[in-house]
Amino acid sequence: MYLYNETDQRLVDDRVVQFRDQMTRFLDGRLSEDDFRPLRLQNGLYVQRHAPMLRVAIPYGTLASHQLRKLADIARRYDRGYGHFTTRSNIQFNWVRLEDTPDILAELATVQMHAIQTSGNCIRNITTDQFAGVAADELFDPRPYCEIVRQWSTLAPEFLFLPRKFKIAISGGAEDRAAVRFHDIGASARVAEDGRIGFEIFVGGGLGRTPMVGKSLKDFLPREELLNYFEAILRVYNRYGRRDNKYKARIKILVKDLSLEGFAKEVEDEWSWSRGGPASIAEQTFRDMDAFFARVDYAPADADDPAYRQALHDKRAFARWVERNVAPHRANGYAIVTLSLKKTGAPPGDAIAEQMDGVADLAERFSAGEIRVSHEQNLVLPHVARKDLPALWEGARALGLATPNIGLLTDLVCCPGGDFCSLANARSIPVAAAIQQRFDDLDYQFDLGPLELNMSGCVNACGHHHIGHIGILGVDKNNEEWYQVTIGGREGARAALGKVIGPSFAAGQIPDVIQRLVEVYLAARHEGEIFIDAVERIGLEPFKARVYGGAA
Amino acid sequence: MNTLIRNGQVVEDGWQWIDADEALPAARLETGGRFLLPLALWLAHRASLDPARAGVWLGPDDELEPVLPWLADMPLIAIRFPVFTDGRGYSLARLLRNRHGYRGELRAVGDVLRDQLYFLHHCGFDAFLLRADQLPHEALAAFRDYSWEPVTGRRVLPSM
Repeated sequence: MYLYNETDQRLVDDRVVQFRDQMTRFLDGRLSEDDFRPLRLQNGLYVQRHAPMLRVAIPYGTLASHQLRKLADIARRYDRGYGHFTTRSNIQFNWVRLEDTPDILAELATVQMHAIQTSGNCIRNITTDQFAGVAADELFDPRPYCEIVRQWSTLAPEFLFLPRKFKIAISGGAEDRAAVRFHDIGASARVAEDGRIGFEIFVGGGLGRTPMVGKSLKDFLPREELLNYFEAILRVYNRYGRRDNKYKARIKILVKDLSLEGFAKEVEDEWSWSRGGPASIAEQTFRDMDAFFARVDYAPADADDPAYRQALHDKRAFARWVERNVAPHRANGYAIVTLSLKKTGAPPGDAIAEQMDGVADLAERFSAGEIRVSHEQNLVLPHVARKDLPALWEGARALGLATPNIGLLTDLVCCPGGDFCSLANARSIPVAAAIQQRFDDLDYQFDLGPLELNMSGCVNACGHHHIGHIGILGVDKNNEEWYQVTIGGREGARAALGKVIGPSFAAGQIPDVIQRLVEVYLAARHEGEIFIDAVERIGLEPFKARVYGGAA
Repeated sequence: MNTLIRNGQVVEDGWQWIDADEALPAARLETGGRFLLPLALWLAHRASLDPARAGVWLGPDDELEPVLPWLADMPLIAIRFPVFTDGRGYSLARLLRNRHGYRGELRAVGDVLRDQLYFLHHCGFDAFLLRADQLPHEALAAFRDYSWEPVTGRRVLPSM
C-alpha cells in the first residue's frame, strides 16, 4: 500500500487547519453560506435532510486495517455507529454535527485519510478495480498510476472550479471492474506490441441525468504521458465546458457539442505543448511507486489444501459462499474474498462500527491487513490463503458479512435515497429491502444466476441504475414516489445503458415487477445464458408484455 | 485608488478600470493616468497607447491569442472572475505564465476571495484586487494556508 511521505502528511494536516478556520469564520458569520458552500463541499461536507453528511475518500478503494478501525471509531464517536460505503469508494457518515467536522478530519489525518474533493466541481476521488494488483486476469497493477494521478489531482490549483464534477477511473485488466466507460475519464490498461505500458483513454462517459457510454479518445497513451494528457483534457474542459446550465456542464456534453473528433483535436493541440516535456512522468517515479504496491510475499500455499477441500465437501453453505464470494487470485493457493454488505434487512453498503472493527481484524488475520471497497458497495479481502477460507468464512458469518450473494439479485447497488439525501425524489432503502425479502431464497437466487440490480433515488444516479441489468430509478410525480424500471444495462467491455420498459410503478409493485422480469428470463433462457445476455438476445418486448400484460 | 495585494504586500494602486461597454475618449487618455482596458478596446487603441500606461483585462471567455505578440512589453494583465466558482481564469493564468512566459503583473479581479488566494497564486497570479467585503491585511495569511505545494504549481510560482 502507499504510505504518506512528509509532503502528503503536511497537505492533510494543513487542510485540517485551513478548514477549521473556514468553519470558525462560517459559524461566527464572517464567511457567508454562498462563499462557504464550495469550501465545505470540497471537504466532503454536505448539508442533508436530517443532518450534515461527511463523505470520506478511500482513494482507489484501498484501506489498511488501522484505517478501517479509525472509520469505526469515527462512526461511534461522531455518528450513530455506522457508515455507508458508496459506489465510488467513499464512506459517508450521515449524522455528523457541522461543528465536529474539523475534529473528524483531524482524526482522519492521523491515519493518512481525508475528505478532500469527495464533492464539489473538481477532480473527485480516483477509483479502480477492487481486485487491482491481485486479479488473475489483469495486465498490470493500476494502483501505482492511481496514486500518481491522486497526487497530481489533489488540490490541483488550476482545476478546483471546473464547470462540474469530474470523475476518473483507472483499470488494469482485460475485464473492466471499474466501469471506466462511465467516467469523465476512464483509463484502461494496455500493453503495446513492443511491450510499452500505457492506457486506452475513454472520455465523456457518465450516468446522471444524461447517461452516456464513454468514447475512446486515444487507443494507446504511453504511461509517461498520463498527467500531460489528463491536464490537456482537463484544461480544454475547464475553458470550454458549459457553465450556464449545471445539467449540461459535464464533459460529456462538451464532447457531444464539439464531436469526438473536434474534442480530440483540441486535446491534441493542448497536449502538443506538454508532450515529452518536464511534467512527463519519470521512470524513477514508476519504480518508486511500484515499490509501494509491491506484491505481498505470499507464503507458498497449497491450492488444494485438504482442510479446504473437506469443508467444501461437508458444508453446503460454505461451498455456496466460495462459489459466489471467492474470486481467483493471481497467486497459486490464494483467493480474493468479497464480504457482502448486502444482507437482507440491512441497507445496502452500510456497515456498523462492530462490523468495521471485525473486518479489520479478519484482514489482519487473513489478508495482510488490507481491505478494498468495491463500487458494488462490498468489502474485499484481497490476499487470503485458500486454506484459511473456512476460518475466514466462520469469522465473516459471525459478523453477518457472509451472505453468499455476490453478483446475484440481492447484491443490489443502492444509494441512500430519500431517507437521507436531500436531492432524492424517492426512497431507495425500503424498496431494496422489499426486493431482498422477496428474493431471499438462496436456491432461487443461485438458479437465477448473475443478475445485477441497481437503484437510485433520483436522476443523479448515485446507485448507477443505468448500468444495472435491472435498473430502478426513483421519480417524483405530484409529490408521490414512483419508480421507473430499465433493463439491459451493463458495465464492462460490452457496456450499455438500460432501456425504460414503460410507465413507472408504486413502491409496493416493485417486487412483483422484478418477479415477472425474472420469470420471462427463466422461461426464455438457453443453457448457461445469464439474464443480461437473454435480454440482449430477445429484446424488451417479452418483458414489457409480461409486466404490463400487453397494455403498455 | 484601489487597495490590493501585490507580491505579498497590501498596496494602493492607481490603475483605472475601463468597463467593457465604456467608451475611451482621447481626452481621458491624455490625463496621464494608467488604464486597464477590456480586450476589444485595448486592441482597437493599442497602436496609439503608451504600453507602460495601458494594461488589458480579460474576461473568462477571452482568448489569449490577440495579446500574445505584445506580452513582452505589457506591464499588467488582469483576469476578471465574475464569480469565484468560475475557474476559467486559473487556466488563463497558467497559460500566460507557463506557456507564453508572461512576466508582468498578473492580477485577479472581481469575485476574488481570501479562500482562493493560495490556489490563484499557484496558477501564477501575483496581484489580487479582492472583493469589497474582504479584508486585505487578514487575507495575507492565505498565502501560508499550505506548507505543501501542489504538483502542478511547483515550477510556475511567482515570488510572493
